[in-house]
Parts: sequence; structure tokens; C-alpha cells
Amino acid sequence: MAKRVKFKLNGTEVEADEGRLVIDAAKDAGVEIPHYCYHPALGNPGNCRMCIVEVAGAPKPQVSCRLPVKEGLDVKSDSPAAKRAQASALELHLVNHPLDCPVCDQSGECGLQDYYMKIGRYQSQVREDKQHKGKRVEAGPHVMLDQERCILCTRCTRFVDDVTKTHELGIFRRGHTEAVELTPGKVLDNDYSGNVVDICPVGALTDRDFRYQVRVWYLDKTDSVCPGCSRGCNISIHTNTKRTWHNQGHRVARLKPRHSEVNGYWMCDEGRYGYRPLDEGRLGKVLRLTPERAELSWEAAAVELAARLKDGGSKGLAVAASGMLSNEDWAALKDLFPAAKLYFTAEPDQVGAEDALLKRREKVPNLKGAEALGLKSGSFDDLAKDLESGKVSGLWIVERDLTKVWGAERAKALIGKAGFSVFQGPNKGGTGELASYRLPATAYAEETGRFTNFEGRVQEYRKALDPIGSARPDHEIFGLVKAALTGAALEAAA
Amino acid sequence: MTLVLTKHFAEPKLHELETYRRLGGYKALEKALGLPRAAILEEVKTSNLRGLGGAGFPTGMKWSTVPPEDKVPGPRYVVVNCDESEPGCYKDRVLVERDPHQLIEGLLIASYVIGSKDSFIFIRGEYQTQYEILEKALDEARKAGLVGKDILGKGFDCDILLMRGAGAYISGLDTALLETMEGKKAWPRQPPPFPTVAGLMAKPTVVNNVETLSMLPHIVENGGEWFAKLGVPKSGGTLLLSISGHVEKPGVYEFPMGVKLRDALAAAGGVRAGHKLKGVIPGGTSMPPLMEKDLDIALDFDSVRAAGTFLGAGGMIVLDETADAVEVAHNIERFLAHESCGQCTPCREGSFWTEEILERVLHGDGVPADLENLPRVGENITGRVICALGDTVGMVIRGYMTRYPDDFKKRISNGQKG
Repeated sequence: MAKRVKFKLNGTEVEADEGRLVIDAAKDAGVEIPHYCYHPALGNPGNCRMCIVEVAGAPKPQVSCRLPVKEGLDVKSDSPAAKRAQASALELHLVNHPLDCPVCDQSGECGLQDYYMKIGRYQSQVREDKQHKGKRVEAGPHVMLDQERCILCTRCTRFVDDVTKTHELGIFRRGHTEAVELTPGKVLDNDYSGNVVDICPVGALTDRDFRYQVRVWYLDKTDSVCPGCSRGCNISIHTNTKRTWHNQGHRVARLKPRHSEVNGYWMCDEGRYGYRPLDEGRLGKVLRLTPERAELSWEAAAVELAARLKDGGSKGLAVAASGMLSNEDWAALKDLFPAAKLYFTAEPDQVGAEDALLKRREKVPNLKGAEALGLKSGSFDDLAKDLESGKVSGLWIVERDLTKVWGAERAKALIGKAGFSVFQGPNKGGTGELASYRLPATAYAEETGRFTNFEGRVQEYRKALDPIGSARPDHEIFGLVKAALTGAALEAAA
Repeated sequence: MTLVLTKHFAEPKLHELETYRRLGGYKALEKALGLPRAAILEEVKTSNLRGLGGAGFPTGMKWSTVPPEDKVPGPRYVVVNCDESEPGCYKDRVLVERDPHQLIEGLLIASYVIGSKDSFIFIRGEYQTQYEILEKALDEARKAGLVGKDILGKGFDCDILLMRGAGAYISGLDTALLETMEGKKAWPRQPPPFPTVAGLMAKPTVVNNVETLSMLPHIVENGGEWFAKLGVPKSGGTLLLSISGHVEKPGVYEFPMGVKLRDALAAAGGVRAGHKLKGVIPGGTSMPPLMEKDLDIALDFDSVRAAGTFLGAGGMIVLDETADAVEVAHNIERFLAHESCGQCTPCREGSFWTEEILERVLHGDGVPADLENLPRVGENITGRVICALGDTVGMVIRGYMTRYPDDFKKRISNGQKG
């Protein structure tokens, strides 16, 4: 344990760990000192000189990101002299900045804009021409680089040097001709490249996926958890519902990592750019596909399905699910199908590369939730055998695309052998056409629920969007069917 | 007047080992290797030798901050800063050209005291001839058993490696020099830790200037007290001035520390005939000039500092009345903007901006607001940056505008030279 000491911040006595950086200790005490280069996960090179503060007894102002707290230190971050020093550092950042805010995606969340409004507000004295550098440098598949907007804080180069250790970016040349550039022969194409956009305090590194889609001030932000793997990175879903004609008509504009113990400050590109299914290929109608195709109300569907379940008995019933289900869904599934055989392991369709940083092998968020409820999964090979030999009276498929498990032809043949089949999920996928019933479920962004990550940590994700059409959360659908089975009032179940 | 470093400069083949030894060379090393290391350190402290690369930091004090081997085991290094790049300074070049063995002997003594078994000479890339001279001198010394294993049979090992810079002015700053040596971009580090604690490859490292190290054989030979008496109370010995500009006899001159500016000028033949003194840049272009009223100040670190500028590395440039302060300031600021390493924002952007404003003023497009804006920008750079280069950007523009306000006003009001 570090020693606790007292120091003065803007005239008020504050307690902090000895040796903690003043910029952090101030933040703990609710005082935000302006900064660009400093990032808690990327160190304190002290090059932007924005976090400059007055220190009693020091001959000149100090940068608070390199100043350790010690007993009796007397720091002023809001004195007229400190504020002037911060404003002048900002002024110098803007000498060569193109000020192309009207066409810059960073507008609205830009460090230069924010600090100008907070500590700047001076009349520009720049009469000189600005330096010209590359405006549209394709850094990689996800990231566009504008060297003119860059303030050379080196956050991105430190990220690729220290976090991913892939070294795609560097600072080249010197003085005012200096620029961030790709290391010769390299492309910014690592599994975490999107993070450089988040840490860039200005509009130098922008997301090619998000560029020119929607202004950030139209976005709503909801705390969520990435369903891309069993890590459960904390994320924020940024949705655009105010200007539906922007963002190509899509509701989800981007995902951003949210700082937490689980994922630090980062998320992987696979998770970041895996949000398209929230707006594409979605299901909204309750349908009977065979024997005769018809759109049903939830009540009618529940009654029909309850009848099918009673008919075949729950004996011989198989449920193919996946780790996409929330803890609530797993509980309702267990309740509805106490005797059914369950299949939900991550097969090759749901496993992928893992690494030492964040990525986990299982590309679904909540296998741990099923385990916690004591649910056991059979193997999909056995399920295939049972289907083949006609032992399955009914097959209920929940958020699992079996064409990716068995291949399209084989999945079609096997599903056809079940007495009846239900496909329930947010996206149609390959399996959506193969079952006799199709039930629209909400996606994770449209419900509030909990995932239990690989460490056993239960994390809540919140509803960011309204459901599509008649879609309902899986556990509600299970509840409806259960009510129809037991004769309880359907309304109560819903 | 006692000459220390340039005493034998009249010898035509001084750069050869044979001549150097004939004149008593490497005797001091032999003496040093027979003394306890602490005793030499004490002599250096007594001598009041200060870093002659520009900072004027007491050498003995710097050496004392190297942690002892029992506390921090492992290698430690001595690095010679021969990246002499300050415009107006060329005394290290002359020292290397004329008397390379004096430097090697001094470096070996320092290495012995510090405990460096691998020492380095970092020489600026443009010093091609000087590099060749040093390389040859090192070869000679190595063959003679003066560099390498068991030097002079006294059981002390020290090899010396010569490294060349790639042309960045900032590499002359000790921490940037160390970064360069490690193969990185020459971006100054921000102490703490200081190089003596964590320098080259994060090992304790002493970085000393050529002139500083060249003094050591003489201190060992004659004692610290003798050396201290040559100079002024807080700064011992002599200093080399590379005098250039509007004087009759430009060149490198050795003076006792604390020589009067007037006498130094006189030695160089005075301001060129028929012209008047306008100012004297004392330490290389980064320092604001001294004025005619300062002719009687003593040239030592503390007295020049008291006069509002710096002795620096003794690169003295004399300006007569034909020099225009706007042109001079523009020339220097252009250099600083070109050489700014670009690490910290105030220097990177501020040096560029200052140069651009001066360029505009120089071309007759100045506006009255520039008279306030230029010093304001300067004030926002000096003291807010990582290293001394940035500090000088503001110091220079403010220095010239305070000393020669009329040159600036005239140029801005009618586009005419001051």
C-alpha cells in the first residue's frame, strides 16, 4: 500500500497516494486537467504540454502528468497563470491545425474543440499559411489518417508499440514537417486497429466504417457488453434514431469500448465491427412456414407450439441453442424444456482465434451462464445421429445457425427429419428458412440482460433500441409457450 | 597567461601519438591509474571544472551523482559529446583536429574514475575529417596499449568506440544524444532520472563535452587547486572561445575563465576596421547578444548569466552596425525551426510560427500587432518545453526585440532595414 499524503490542489487540501501523478490525483478529486498525450494505459511522454500547472516554489510551470504527489506539494491548475499557460499550449497546437471541423468526423468529440471552449476562447493571431500534409492516408482497412489534423501526441504510435507490439505507425521527419506515417512496408491491420481512433484526441485518425455516416451529436449512447466472445468487453452502443436517413438507414452507428477491469480501455476489431447483424437480415414476424405459410400472433403461435409439444410429449425433444443466450434466457429455457436434450457447445461455427490481450476462443458471450445453471450440452454429432434415425420428435433452434454447424445441405436434410422444428432468433441466417416455425427474437442491443463471462463475472447489458417488428427476448418467448402449455393466462406470461 | 589546452598547438604533428607522448602525453593517465579513484574525483571537484559544452554544470558534482558499483552493479559508461552543432561554435572541432590524444587521455581518466569499461565518442556526422583523425588516433592508442585491455599494465580495461551522428542538431543535447546512440529518434528525455543514474541503455552514464574532458590530464598532472586558480572563484581553468563574425581575426582563442569581453574581442583584432560594435552573441546563436555596455563583464558562466544571457559553448559571434536585428533573429529562428526535434508542441509549432512571422516581417509585410505577438509567442515557449532548444526559441526572439526594438519597428512600419 502506498503511503497516503496530503497536498494542496487549487487551495484545497487533497489526500492521495504518494507518488501518484498529479493529473490522476486531481481527477480523483474531481479536477480535470487538460491533456492530450497522457493516457492512463499508454504512459506520460509529456509532449503536449497541456496539463501544465503552477507549483509553489518551482521556478517554472510543471506538467502535471510527470509530477508525482508528495506531502505538502502546492499545485494550482486553475490560477490565472496556469490557465494562461494551458491556453497558450492550445494556441500552439492550433497553429498548423487545418480547422476543417465542418467536414471532420471528430467534431463534437474533439479535444481541440472541447478545450478551446473550456480554456481557449481567444482571438486567433495566426496570419501565416499552414503546413500541408497528407489529408487522406489509408492507414489500414479500418482507419483513415489525416496528418494535418494530427497534433503528434504519439498516443497511436505508443499503442502499436506497447499494446499490440505491431509497430505499424511511427513519427517520421522532425519539427513542423513531422508526421505520423505507416512504417515502410506495413499496413495498420492488426486485430485491435480500431482503438487508435478512440485514443486519438483529434480528428487525425478516423474510423473508415463511421466516416461521414452521422454526426456524433445525433448519437445516443447505451452501456452494453460485447457479445463477440466470452471476454465480455464493456462497450457503449452508439445509435442513431434521430436522423433515420443518416448512417445508411442503420440504427447502430458504431461500438466503442468502455473502460473496465474486464477489457481495460480496448476492444478488438472483430467485436467493434461485428454490429451489422443488428440492422441487417433481421426477423420481425412470427411465422408458420410449413405446412402452410402464415403470419401468426404470438398468442396463436404459442398455442400451436404448445400443442405440438404436448403432441410429441417433451420426450424426444431436442433444443439446439448457443452461448448467445442471456442468463435470463437460459433460466427460461431450462424451465420450459426440463427434459429435452440440449446442444449448445461452441462448435467450429462459434470458435476462433484467441490471443493474450482480449480475444477468447469461444465467439459467444455466455456459455458460462448455462454452466452456472447446471445445463449440460450434448454433441452436435449425436444430435445429427438422432435426427438421422428419426428419434427427434421436435427440434427447437435458438439463436444458432445450424447451416454453419453442418453445412447448408446437411442442415436442411437433418432439420427436415424432426417431427416439427422451430427457429427462434434475431437474424434469419441460413436456418431461418428451414424450420416449420420462425420466431423473431430481440438482439442483445434491444433487451436488458446479463451475460456471465469466462471468469464467471456477471455483467449487465442495457436496452439501446426498440425491438424490430414483433420481436421479443428469448426468455419472454419461452414464457409464452410455457404459459400456453400450463394453461396460464398468456398476458400474464408476457 | 597560462595556456592549458592549446599550449602545444604550434606543434605541426601534435595529432600523432609520438609527438603527443614526446611532449609529456599520457603521463597524466599513468599517474591517474596509480591513484585511488576517489582521490581524482576530489581533485576534479577542487578544480571547479565546469561543463564546457554549454550548460556549465560542475563536472565533479555530475560525476558524484553516478551511483556506486556496490549499490547499482553492472556497466556504466562515459560518453564524449562531440556533436558540436551550435552555429558559431567550432572549438571542439579544433581540439579534435589538433590534439585528439589529449581528448582520449582525458576520456580514459574519466572512464577510470567512473568505472567505464566501454566508453564512447559521439561525433557529429558532418565532422568527416575529424572523425578520420580520431579514428587514426584511437588506432595508434590501441596499438600502444593505451586503449583496450590492461592499459599501461595497470590492470584497467577500457575500450573506446567512435560513433557518428546523422546530422540532427538536437543530438548535441545529452539525452537526445543517448537516444540517437540507442538507434532511436533524437528526442530528448525528460529527467528524472538523469543520465548519471539511467543513461545509455538505462545504465549510469556520464556525458561530457570534448573540451571538458580535454582538461582532465592537466588537472591530474597539476592538481585541482592549480586549475581552480586559473579561473574565477566558482569556475576554474581556462575556456576556448570560437570567435567569428565582424572581427579582424576570427579563430579559436584560449583565455582564462572570466576574461573580460573587451579583452577577448581585442585578441581577435577587434571589430573590423571602420565599423561599430552592435552586439556580441556570447555562446553560439541560441544566446541573446551582449551589448556595448557589457564590454567590461567577465566571461564566465555566472557573470554572463547575470548580464541576461549565457556563455554557452563559447561560440562568440560579433555583430557590427551593418547587421540588422530582424535578419539576424530570422536567421537564427529559421535554424531553430529547422532543427526542432518536434517532440513537444510549443517548440515544434512555436519555432515554426516565429520563423514564419519573421519571414513576413522581413519581406515588408509586418503588421503592428507583430510587435506584441512575437514576444508573446516567445514567452509561451520558453520554460514550457521539454529541452533547452525550445527555451532558446523564445529567448532569442525576445532577446533581439528588447535589445534592438528600433530595427523591428522600422521594418514593420516601412519595410526598411533597421
